[in-house]
Amino acid sequence: MTQLRRPDECGVPDPMQYMHPVLKKNYGKWKYHDRPRPGVLHHVALSGDEVWTVKAGTQRQMDIFTIRKLADIADQFAEGFIRFTVRSNVEFMVSSAAKVQPLLDKLAAEGFPVGGTGNSVTMISHTQGWLHCDIPGTDASGVVKSLMDDLHAEFVREEMPNRVKITTSCCEINCGGQGDIAINIQHTKPPIINHDLVAGTCERPAVVSRCPVAAIRPALVNGKPSLEVDEKKCVCCGACFPPCPPMQINDPVHTKIAIWVGGKHSSTRSKPMLHKLVAAGIPNNPPRWPEASAIVRTILRAYKEDARAWERMGEWVERIGWPRFFELTGLPFTKYHVDDWRGSRGSLNASAQVRI
Amino acid sequence: MPRKMPETPLLDQLESGPWPSFVSGLKRLAQAEDKPYADYMKSLLGQLEHSYQTRKGYWKGGTVGVFGYGAGIIPRFSEVADKFPESSEFHTIRIMPAPGMHYTTELLRQMCDIWERHGSGLVAFHGQSGDIMFQGCTTEKVQPAWDEFNALGFDMGGAGAGVRTSVSCVGAARCEQSCYDEARAMRSVLNNFLDDIHRPSLPYKMKFKFAGCANDCANATQRADFAVIGTWKGDMQVDQAEVVNFVKKVGRKGMIDQVIRLCPTNALSLNDDDTLDVDNKSCVRCMHCLNVMTKALTPGTERGICILAGGKRTLKIGDLLGTVIVPFMKMESDEDYEALVDLCQRMLDFFAENALEHERLGEMIDRIGLVAFLEGLELDLDPNMVSHPRTNPYVRMDGWDEEVRKWQSRKAEAAE
Repeated sequence: MTQLRRPDECGVPDPMQYMHPVLKKNYGKWKYHDRPRPGVLHHVALSGDEVWTVKAGTQRQMDIFTIRKLADIADQFAEGFIRFTVRSNVEFMVSSAAKVQPLLDKLAAEGFPVGGTGNSVTMISHTQGWLHCDIPGTDASGVVKSLMDDLHAEFVREEMPNRVKITTSCCEINCGGQGDIAINIQHTKPPIINHDLVAGTCERPAVVSRCPVAAIRPALVNGKPSLEVDEKKCVCCGACFPPCPPMQINDPVHTKIAIWVGGKHSSTRSKPMLHKLVAAGIPNNPPRWPEASAIVRTILRAYKEDARAWERMGEWVERIGWPRFFELTGLPFTKYHVDDWRGSRGSLNASAQVRI
Repeated sequence: MPRKMPETPLLDQLESGPWPSFVSGLKRLAQAEDKPYADYMKSLLGQLEHSYQTRKGYWKGGTVGVFGYGAGIIPRFSEVADKFPESSEFHTIRIMPAPGMHYTTELLRQMCDIWERHGSGLVAFHGQSGDIMFQGCTTEKVQPAWDEFNALGFDMGGAGAGVRTSVSCVGAARCEQSCYDEARAMRSVLNNFLDDIHRPSLPYKMKFKFAGCANDCANATQRADFAVIGTWKGDMQVDQAEVVNFVKKVGRKGMIDQVIRLCPTNALSLNDDDTLDVDNKSCVRCMHCLNVMTKALTPGTERGICILAGGKRTLKIGDLLGTVIVPFMKMESDEDYEALVDLCQRMLDFFAENALEHERLGEMIDRIGLVAFLEGLELDLDPNMVSHPRTNPYVRMDGWDEEVRKWQSRKAEAAE
């Protein structure tokens, strides 16, 4: 056997070697920016140097032909440099205003939508789904493609009250993160257990301790060591499934989609907020998820019409109140909207302030 | 004989529409008959269509790695390999990009070439943890693919119960709102923990994220156990001539509606001559007015970071947003960056020793109390760490005089 190569534990690389020269030269010395049009940022450095950034959407899960095409575009129209945003948008930087339009034309010709800046609906943050994850309830790539097709006009324009960050997640672990709108899998039935496989596959004490409501206990089933679930306690969260795949939580019918609104990481104006449940029981309906998409569009329409400039989704709802939110969107308010988890009392209205 | 293209009636419907289609990309790879991955990707497309038809996923984990490391490969074995044998192994290699996710076209092409030789040709820029996700590799090809990425100057990302790959915003590279050198902070911290990235042995995962200001473009506040957010001390910088220009452009009502009225602490007022009156003592550095008036307003000159600890999603005790553990730490000199690394090291050691198995940092703090955590890290208490002081009297307070002495001696030290 040939000698195995020891890894070079080189860590996170230095970005300077891959950075556009204008960015490198003016690192930490920027003066201001503006947005000449949707999808284009213009930054001015203290030195007087200027750089124009053109932002475009991608499919995130990219084949190398697409990546090479982006590289070709950057070589021909954008000085040979590219960066990606945390939401998988691609950015091209150019050092003169004259280079912007040819780049825009090329991106349009190649089918890359330009936008995602300022008060637009930017690219949906994205999980792996059926393509690659080991526990997915749905396929984020497909959900995102379907929604971004629907929301294309809102990506290429800046017509929302403020930026809208949408996220998708294929299970309740919520790898997509907090969002102004979050489209997440919500399981509705307890796991179906394959008792033949539990003993050979799962470390049973670890699975028992993983359950947030202590609904799982060791049991002997058909003479084999296995696990059983107290279905009255089970909250169908799916937390037992990753450490124990025989606890089948995914189901073609009972694995549903829920929609949450008002999540926000930034401390801008208001403090960061977690997203809140607004709709559930939505069918997990590939390949285009029309029911989920319709609800997202309804929420966006209400926000666009009613929110004030600079209000993020959660800030808008805080101002108008949840009764008005449910009225404007026409979504039903049910007992499932009332939280009963640890710390939930803080979500109740402890005042005589009501909107009638 | 080469495999035939699978029938994919459901996936085909994701090829239309204005947004770039990942399905078209997958098909392009599957139809590249002269490439080693063509049949592999035909098989993968078949399995994905099967998922769309049956509404279930068919991947399971396993154990695959590279020599010398204990993490970084996400193993995927197909549960339906009898139907789709060529893609029965479809592992992901997580590679850490440079902070800010900058690439030369040459680098992108080199990465594509490596992935053409050893993998599926499918790459995600980037995964939610911040890695470049090279998706789709057989067990046999993982080591040669990794060897080439590593030779290119790139290292494996984190997975499992260890320090994870980090993310920063574009920051100082192209943003006037950047309050520290995000890339330097990220590299200093992460590269200090390479052993904990590559050989995970912590109670649970540990995520660091770096954002240049309170806009938090790195999504650090909820998504990181340890969120480093840029901020400043003292007064923000105001170019009053540009304020006047802004008011001319948007009108007084526009200025009041979009700027003055949206200040969360009412720290702004419009003067009679259309200049801005700023109550810097009330300003909480939220960034709103700076976002609206990018020419007129910039962060103050004494810049640094605010650190929030404990962000995470629901499992197991509920969602937690990060909370302040350091209100301000200057981030200018070499010593400042060393102090940050030192703090991260103390935090990680404390976490490793005190967290229960599968307990995130925020859950541990919730269990032991913020004060015990601060004492463990030797961090000074500060009223910025709470929304308000306690409301319930059920606490034993016979150490009061001693705590008052500590507070006063710290005040005296700060005054010197």
